[in-house]
Amino acid sequence: MTTGTVAPVPAFNRGFRMRFDAVRNAWVVLAPERLFLLDEQAVEVLQLVDGVRSVPAIVDTLAGRYDARRETIEADVAAMLRDLADKGAIRL
Amino acid sequence: MTGLAPSTEPGPPLALLAELTHRCPLQCPYCANPLDLERAATELDTASWLRVLGEAAALGVLQVHFSGGEPCARRDLLQLVGAAARHGLYSNLITSGVTLDATALGALADAGLDHVQLSFQDSDPAAADRLGGYRGGHARKLAVAPLILAAGLPLTANFVVHRQNLDRLPDMIALGAALGASRIEVAHVQYYGWALVNRDALMPTRAQFEAATATVEAARTALRGRITIDYVVPDYYAARPKACMGGWAQRLINITPAGLALPCHAAETLPGFRFPSVRTASLADIWRDDPGFSRFRGTAWMPEPCQSCDRKEVDWAGCRCQAFAMTGDAAATDPACALSPDHHLMADAVRQAETAATGLVYRRIHAAEPAI
Repeated sequence: MTTGTVAPVPAFNRGFRMRFDAVRNAWVVLAPERLFLLDEQAVEVLQLVDGVRSVPAIVDTLAGRYDARRETIEADVAAMLRDLADKGAIRL
Repeated sequence: MTGLAPSTEPGPPLALLAELTHRCPLQCPYCANPLDLERAATELDTASWLRVLGEAAALGVLQVHFSGGEPCARRDLLQLVGAAARHGLYSNLITSGVTLDATALGALADAGLDHVQLSFQDSDPAAADRLGGYRGGHARKLAVAPLILAAGLPLTANFVVHRQNLDRLPDMIALGAALGASRIEVAHVQYYGWALVNRDALMPTRAQFEAATATVEAARTALRGRITIDYVVPDYYAARPKACMGGWAQRLINITPAGLALPCHAAETLPGFRFPSVRTASLADIWRDDPGFSRFRGTAWMPEPCQSCDRKEVDWAGCRCQAFAMTGDAAATDPACALSPDHHLMADAVRQAETAATGLVYRRIHAAEPAI
């Protein structure tokens, strides 16, 4: 997805909904017959998936928050988003 | 040891299967409902369902499946969907679709419905109508699918597969894709209730099963990122049992139309249980304290070979209802497991089906009516 000329803008697909679950004290993504329990890293990324921010914008935001190399963050974000796209949760 | 057993507080349930009614215009001979169907007069009232939805959300349930029978037969469906949305529950409508129209779907979407699972009996219209026992049903479903998408709702196309339709599985997957489904469910018949009655006529051959699995694998690759395909395999060709319900009373609560709370939709077939009613007990009390829910929860109850098996927290000893149906002992290892001393019963059933007739007993509230 880094090869395109237009930066991809990830968005949740219809039927996929992220919410905080107060009973389990955890963020989850709800989907048909599915439930994704999110680790901290996934929560950080997915909270920025709003159908408006592009992938580079998401990486920029995270790079501003964390003391890690931008390339590392970019690779982590790309892998996570690709995985969620393959599972049908988001579109890129 | 004191006389008190150690208290093992169960984790919160994830899902509520709300079987709103057993009424249904279709008569599928593999229906998961019990043989003894509830009539409308015994159904739980709206106020009780509304209370149950609130209790479920407070207990930690995240998803509610409105099912049946045909859930659209309930006049209060819209109200229940709205309540689920207000409680933050992800709501899924499991429907035959034959009574839905654009107005109803628009209203359901506005009420906060998250997803629709539309059942198909086949890709061939005549075969589908014959299986569903409802003339014109397949055409209705084809008309309803685009209305579901037009209402802004995501669509799962569900195909229950068996000996009489499996050879058309590639057509079924193509139909689901053509209708715009974002998820396709290919579910081999699970042999409980009506399906167990019709097992001889529905059991696929091994060749059909293997072809179906290959078809699904190829379609998954071809459709990756566009359509998710979920595949429910038949126990009778398995070497290890399914983790039925994700473990007894560990993830799911099923509420019957009459308001009984069950750890799975077939649990009423088990002898020696008196399952609690949501009319007289809260969902939290049922989940934490009901002896029927505790009976097979966790691993302490398991016999050998499960007890010393490293997969006991993977498959949870399989399915209790299948163990009872096949062996007469609900606490036995699921005979789907190759390590079960009763595993030969599965192969026996397959062999018996190979030469059996394909006549079907249709799902009816009045069992005496003739099949069409």
